[in-house]
Amino acid sequence: MEIYLALIPILPLLGFLILSLTGFRLPQIVKAIVGAGSVGISAILTIILGLTYLSSPPVGGVISVQLWEWIDAGGFNAEISFKLDALSLIFCFVITFVGFLIHVYSIEFMKNDDGFSRFFAYMNLFVSSMLILVLADNLVLLYLGWEGVGLCSYLLIGFWYKEPANGDAARKAFIITRIGDTAMLLGLFLLFISFGTLNIDQIMQQAPLSWEKGSLMPVLAAALLLGGALGKSAQLPLQTWLPDAMAGPSPVSALIHAATMVTAGVYLIARTHVLFILAPAVQAAVAIIGALTLLIAGFSALTQHDLKRILAYSTISQIGYMFLALGVGAWSAGIFHFMIHAFFKALLFLAAGAVIVVLDEEHDIFKMGGLRKKLPAIFITFLIGSASLSALPIFTAGFYSKDQILWFAWSSENGSLWLWLAGIVGAFLTSLYTFRMVFITFFGDTGTEPTHKPGRLMIIPISILAVLSLLGGFIELPESWAHLQIFSHTLSDVLPTVSILQESIPEIVFQIASAVVAISGIYIAWLLYVKKIKLAGSPTFNRIGHFFYKGWAFDKLYEATIVKPVVWLSEIDKKDFIDFFFESLGSITVFFNRILSRLQNGKLRWYAAAVAIGIVFILTLMINL
Amino acid sequence: MILVYLILILIAGGLLAWFAGKWSKEIPRFIALGALSVDLFIAVSIYLSNGNIGLNAWMIDYSASWIPHFGISLHLALDGLSLLMLILTFVLGILSVLISWKEIQENTGFFHFNLLWILSGITGVFLSMDLFLFYFFWELMLVPMYFLISIWGHENRVYASYKFFIYTQASGLIMFLAILVLYFIHGKSTGIYTFDYLQLVGTSMTAPTAFLLMLGFLTAFLVKLPVVPLHNWLPDAHTEAPTAGSLILAGLLLKTGAYGLLRFVIPLFPEASVTFAPIGMLLGVIGILYGAKLAFAQTDMKRLVAYTSVSHMGFVILGVYAFNELAYQGVVMQMIAHAISTGALFILVGQLQERIHTRDISRMGGLWKQVPVMGAVGLIFSMASLGLPGLGNFIAEFLTLLGTFKVNVLMTCLASLGLVGATLYSLRILQKVFYGKENIVYKLKDLSIRERFISGVLIVSIIFLGIFPNPVFKLAKPAILKSLNTISIQNAKEKNENISTYNFIGEPVKANPK
Repeated sequence: MEIYLALIPILPLLGFLILSLTGFRLPQIVKAIVGAGSVGISAILTIILGLTYLSSPPVGGVISVQLWEWIDAGGFNAEISFKLDALSLIFCFVITFVGFLIHVYSIEFMKNDDGFSRFFAYMNLFVSSMLILVLADNLVLLYLGWEGVGLCSYLLIGFWYKEPANGDAARKAFIITRIGDTAMLLGLFLLFISFGTLNIDQIMQQAPLSWEKGSLMPVLAAALLLGGALGKSAQLPLQTWLPDAMAGPSPVSALIHAATMVTAGVYLIARTHVLFILAPAVQAAVAIIGALTLLIAGFSALTQHDLKRILAYSTISQIGYMFLALGVGAWSAGIFHFMIHAFFKALLFLAAGAVIVVLDEEHDIFKMGGLRKKLPAIFITFLIGSASLSALPIFTAGFYSKDQILWFAWSSENGSLWLWLAGIVGAFLTSLYTFRMVFITFFGDTGTEPTHKPGRLMIIPISILAVLSLLGGFIELPESWAHLQIFSHTLSDVLPTVSILQESIPEIVFQIASAVVAISGIYIAWLLYVKKIKLAGSPTFNRIGHFFYKGWAFDKLYEATIVKPVVWLSEIDKKDFIDFFFESLGSITVFFNRILSRLQNGKLRWYAAAVAIGIVFILTLMINL
Repeated sequence: MILVYLILILIAGGLLAWFAGKWSKEIPRFIALGALSVDLFIAVSIYLSNGNIGLNAWMIDYSASWIPHFGISLHLALDGLSLLMLILTFVLGILSVLISWKEIQENTGFFHFNLLWILSGITGVFLSMDLFLFYFFWELMLVPMYFLISIWGHENRVYASYKFFIYTQASGLIMFLAILVLYFIHGKSTGIYTFDYLQLVGTSMTAPTAFLLMLGFLTAFLVKLPVVPLHNWLPDAHTEAPTAGSLILAGLLLKTGAYGLLRFVIPLFPEASVTFAPIGMLLGVIGILYGAKLAFAQTDMKRLVAYTSVSHMGFVILGVYAFNELAYQGVVMQMIAHAISTGALFILVGQLQERIHTRDISRMGGLWKQVPVMGAVGLIFSMASLGLPGLGNFIAEFLTLLGTFKVNVLMTCLASLGLVGATLYSLRILQKVFYGKENIVYKLKDLSIRERFISGVLIVSIIFLGIFPNPVFKLAKPAILKSLNTISIQNAKEKNENISTYNFIGEPVKANPK
C-alpha cells in the first residue's frame, strides 16, 4: 500500500519530466498517452487505495510513507513523507479522477496547439504538486505543494503567452496569492516557535494542550493560515485574481480554477481545524468572509457577459459556501460541497470550453443563442451541471451538499439567522445567474453558428461528470431522511462532527425553503431571458449593474491604493538617490581639482604673485606672534 | 600543504595562461579549465575523505612562518564552511571559463590570467587564518577584477571599474587599519605580537574599542556584501562586467563579505556584534526591500539582476545577526543558492546579449517561441529568485526567516515582504523577456550544447540543494557552531562570573582558585 501512496504524486511528476525534457520530439499520441496516462494510473491507484482504505481501515485511520529526510538543520526537521487519511483520500480522488477526465478532454481540446507538450507538462506538474499538498504530513511540504500549484496556475493562465493581457492575468494571480502565502509562511514560523515542529499531527495534538481556547497565539496562528487560504481560494479580500484567471485554456479553468487548486484553502482550514476551533474569533471570521464572498460574487456573476467569467464568479461564490460551512463548524459539509462542486463545476467549465471552441473563441453569451438544437449533448450535460449548481431538489447532487450547509448555517453551534439568510439569498442568486446563462446561451434565436461538433474525447469526460453531478449526492442524505451518511461517516475520524444547537424548526422547513428559492430563481430567469420581460432600465439600475459587473470595483480600489503607489515609488527613485550622494562626493572632488589646477597655469607672474602673498602672510603671522 | 597547492595551482595556471596567450587564443582556455578542474578534484576528494568529521573544528590546518619578525605566518585552515565555499569557487570558476569561450576573443591569455588570479585570491580568503594573509588575498581579488571589468566590460566599463575599485579599496584599507590596531592591542596586553586569527580571538579590550574595530572590519565586509547604503558599486560593476566577471562578482565576491562576517566579525567581536545586532538586522531588512524596489524599476536586464543581489544579500546580514543555528544554516545556504541562481541569470543575460546585442528589456518580448530552452532556464531561475520551494533559495530564505523569527518578529515580518517584492521583479523579467508580444523580431538560435551544459549543471545544482540540502547543513554545522559559541560564551559571561576564560571550541575554563 505504501508504495502505491508514494507513486500517486510521483507518476504525474515523471510525466512532467518526460514531457518537459523530451516532449517536443515525441509524436503527439505519445505525449497524450504520457500526459493523461500518468494521471490515469494515479487515479487507478487512488481508487484501489481508497477501496482498501474503506473496506479495511488501517490502524489509526492513516496510511503513511516516508521517502527521505528533507531538512535537518538547527533543530528543525521536515521529511518528505506522505500521509493518507479520509480527508486527503477525498481530495486525492477528486484531483486524480476529475483530473484524469480533464486531461482526456484536453487531448482533443489542445490538439492543434503548438504548445501541446508544454501544456501537458504543466498540467502534470500541477497534479503532482496538488497531490503533494494534500498528502503532505508536515506544513513545509504542504507549502511546497501550495507554491507548486501556484506556479502551475501562473504558467497555465499565461499559457497563451503572446497576448500580453494573459500575462498580466497570470502575474496578478501569482502576486495576489503570494501575498496570502506570505502570511501563511509567517503562520508556519509561529507554529514552529510554539511547538518546535511543523508536523501536522504533532501540532494538532499539542495545540489544545498548550494553548487556551480564544487566547492570542491560536488566534494569530489561525489568522495567518487563513491569509494563505483566502489568497488561494479567492475569498474576500483577495478574490480579484480569479475572474481574470479565465485567460487560461478552459481545461485549466476546470481543473485548477474550479475543481482543485482554489479549494486548497478549504483543505488547509479543514486540515488545521484544531487551530480554528481554538480561535473562535477567526472561525467566525471564516464564516462571515464566506457569507460575504458568496453574496458579492453571486451579484457579480449575475451581470457578466463572458461565459467563463460567469463560471469564475460562481466558483468564488461556491467556495464562499464551503468557507461558510467550515466557519460554522460543519467541517464535513464543507468538504462534501467541495467534492460535488468539483464534479459539476468541472463539467460546466468543460462544456463551456466546448461551446467556446466550436464557436471559434466566442466568449460573449449574448452573441450565442439557440445552441440547444445545434449541440444537444453539450446542452443536456450543461443543463445537468446547472441544475446541480442551482441545487434543484431531490435529483441533483448539489442539493444535498448545499442544503446541508444551509441547514448547519442556522442550526449549528456557531450558526446564526444572518448566515443562513446570506446563504439562502446566495442560493437564489445562484439559480438566477445559472439559468440566465443557460437560457441566453442555449435558448432563443441562434447567434454565432458552430463550426463543428465536439468529438468523443470531449463528450465522454463531460458525460461522466454529468452522471456524478446527479448521483454523487446520494452518498450523503440528510439525517432527517434516512441513515445514509457514508461521506461524513468516513470523515468522522479526521474531522469533528457538527454539534447542533437549534432544532426548534425542523430541517424539512429549510429544505422546502431552499427548494422554493432555487426553483423561483429559475422561473425568474425564464421570465427575464426567455419571455424577455423588460425590467425598468433606469440609470441607477444600470450603474449598480455596472458596479457588479466590475466585481464591486475591488480592482479599481487596489489599483488606486496599492498598485499605483508601488509603481510610483519604483519610478521616482529608479536611479537610486544613495548613488547620487556618493556621486556628488566625486563631483565635489573634481570641482576642487578644477579650481586648484587652474592655479598651475605655467604663468610666471602668477607664481611670483603667489610667492609674494605667501611671504607677506607668513611675515604677518610672525610679527603678530 | 594541500591548501597551499590549491592556491598555487591557480596562480601558476594564471601565469601560464598569460604566456600561452601570446601563441594561441585557445590554449589559455584549456589551461584555466585544467587548473580549476584539478582544484575541484582536490576539493571534492577532501570532502569525500572527511565525510564524517563530526564536530572537529578543522579538517586541515597548515601553518608555516612567513615574516616571523612581525608575527605573520602562512596559516591556512579548512573547515566545512570553507570547503563549501571552495567547491563553489571552483565550480563557478569552471563555468566562467566555459561561458567566456565565445564571448571573450581579445587577449584571452591576459583574461584568463586575471580570472585565475581573482579565483586564487578568493580561495586564499576562504582559507586564511592569519589576518595579514587574509588582507593580502582580499586585495589580490581586487586588482585583476578591476582589469577584467575595465578591459573586457561593456560600454560604461571604465566608470564602473573605477567605482568598484574605489569602494572596495577604501573599505579594505579601513579593515586593514582595524587589523593593525587589533594586532597592537593584543601585543600590548599579552606580549605576543601576532596576526594569527586563532590567537587574536578572545583578545580582551574595552567595549568602545571593540565596537570601533568591529566597524572597521564591517566596513569592508558590508561593502562587499553589499549592504544598503554601501551598495552603489554593485549595479555598475555587475552590469558592465563581462559575463564571467558578473558571475564571479555575484557568485563569489559577494560571498567573501558574508564569509568575513561569519568567520571574523562575530568571533573576534562577539560583544560588539550583539550590540550591533539590531542595526545589522535593520540594514538587512532595508537591503531586502530597497533592493527589490530598485530591481523592479530597472529596464536594463543585467542591472535588474544586479539589484536582486542586493535584495538577496539582505537575508544574509539579517540572518547573521539572529545568532542562531537555524538562521546561520539559512545564511550558508543562501550564499550557495544565490551564487547559483543569480549566476545563472547573469549567464542568461549574457547569452541574450550575445544574440540580440541589447540588455534593454523593452526591446525584448515574446522570445519564448524561438528559444524555449532559454525560456525554461529563465523560468527556473526566476522561480529560484522568488523563493519557490523545491529550489535551494527557498531553503535558505525559509531557514533564515525562521531563525530570525525566534529573535525579532517585527524584522521577520518586514523581511518576508521581500518575498512579495521578489515575486514582482521575477515575474516582470519573465513577462518582459519571454512572454508577451515580440516587440522586435529577432532571428535567434537556442542554446548550444556548451551553453546547455552550463545551464544544466546550474539547474541540477539548484534543484538538488532544494530537495537534498542536508549534506550542506552537515558540512557547515561545525563552523557555524564555532561562530555561535563565541556569542553564547558572551551570554554566559554576563550570567556567570565564575567562568573567566574559554577555549576556542567554547568550553568554559574555570578560573583557578589559586
